[in-house]
Amino acid sequence: MVTRGFFSGRRPPSDTDARIPPGQYLEQGFPVLSAGPTPRVRTEDWSFTLKQGPNPLKKWNWAEFNALPQSKMTRDIHCVTAWTKFNTPWQGVMIDDILADAGIEPPTAYTLALSFDGYSTNVPTKDLVAGKAMVALLYEGKPITPDHGGPARLLVPHLYFWKSAKWVNGLQFTERDEPGFWELRGYHMYGDPWREQRYSSDP
Amino acid sequence: MSAEPSPQSPWQAATITRIEKRTPRVTSFWFRPSRPFAHLAGQHVDVRLTAPDGYQARRSYSIASAPEAGGGVELAIERLDDGEVSPFFHDVAAVGDEIELRGPLGGHFIWEESDGGPILLVGGGSGVVPLMAMVRHRTLRNKAVPVALVFSARLWDEVIFRDELIGLDDRRDGFDLVLTLTREPARRPSDYSRRVDARMMAQAIERLPKAPRLAYVCGSNAFVSAAADALIGAGVPAGIIRTERYGV
Repeated sequence: MVTRGFFSGRRPPSDTDARIPPGQYLEQGFPVLSAGPTPRVRTEDWSFTLKQGPNPLKKWNWAEFNALPQSKMTRDIHCVTAWTKFNTPWQGVMIDDILADAGIEPPTAYTLALSFDGYSTNVPTKDLVAGKAMVALLYEGKPITPDHGGPARLLVPHLYFWKSAKWVNGLQFTERDEPGFWELRGYHMYGDPWREQRYSSDP
Repeated sequence: MSAEPSPQSPWQAATITRIEKRTPRVTSFWFRPSRPFAHLAGQHVDVRLTAPDGYQARRSYSIASAPEAGGGVELAIERLDDGEVSPFFHDVAAVGDEIELRGPLGGHFIWEESDGGPILLVGGGSGVVPLMAMVRHRTLRNKAVPVALVFSARLWDEVIFRDELIGLDDRRDGFDLVLTLTREPARRPSDYSRRVDARMMAQAIERLPKAPRLAYVCGSNAFVSAAADALIGAGVPAGIIRTERYGV
């Protein structure tokens, strides 16, 4: 349905058009979105736990976690509120390297990312491994600010950005695909921006 | 051979039935969806504009009207000069135009009667819009719930819904309005002229008969950060504070 009087004033240049998923627009800033107040987690209180169901598999403190092999990922990110930001540079620990340090293969097909503020979000395990995701510690080479999920946030850039849990403090392997915070509140279980899987009713 | 019914598109045409300027930068638009829906106070809709060449722009706008209000869905849209959707609404959209909507959306920043109260609402600028839906919902349905609204605006003339809010405040029926102007002196004896802080929040809470059960904060990211910190500074548990941040 064409909207009377609306023209493509903002159509992005064709060389970038292919990088913008359907329904998204290009954002130069870095908007902040969250469901509650920004937690301020001190690194001395920080920890990261790998769990299978309720059972801990391995836990790291801030120093131990920062000593793991670190990688860089520069990726386009896509927020479900319709902004897309190109070339965001992150550094952190690949999920592959977290699993290797724990000496395990992924035990189940589904994972819940857990956060200090009680937030959670579900991601299929295959979307976290094989170089697809990390626990990010730096953004643009500097510690991630609390507003953007610091000290550490999950980074799963190929899914809508609510899957990249802020203030992450663990991954929990689950037998079934269990909905997290936004997934229980009307958002899509998987969240592929290229298939525009924003809301639970989207195919 | 029977074909599977194709799922109905979540998008629907909605006709603009009324346009009313609220403040120099905020205008309300009322929509009549072709498929009427029931929303919850605090929810939003997505709006989608389509150009002749197929280019589309979509944005989310909070619903200002109460769920039980007649007269369609009210969106109060602030003009962002460097935007592409809000200038279209302010400069081009007219009564009778059809716009595509999707909704209602959102399952977190909502208040229902069953949530109870008291509730504390804190809005900055156009962040008052979803809070207005809650205030109106309370007015139309359940005056027993005590509500305090702290509304921060730069100027008296930028207080969206000002006359309506002051009218509700004057009823003294358990709704309290606290205005704070950041760039002008206060106009009413109980109002403030500064940015929100913990002391202001503590004084707003004192207007409620007991501690709030839930607090809702909406506005720009900077406003929401400051207001949420102020609430925590006033002793409100982080776990009962729900936030919605607009834009950057």
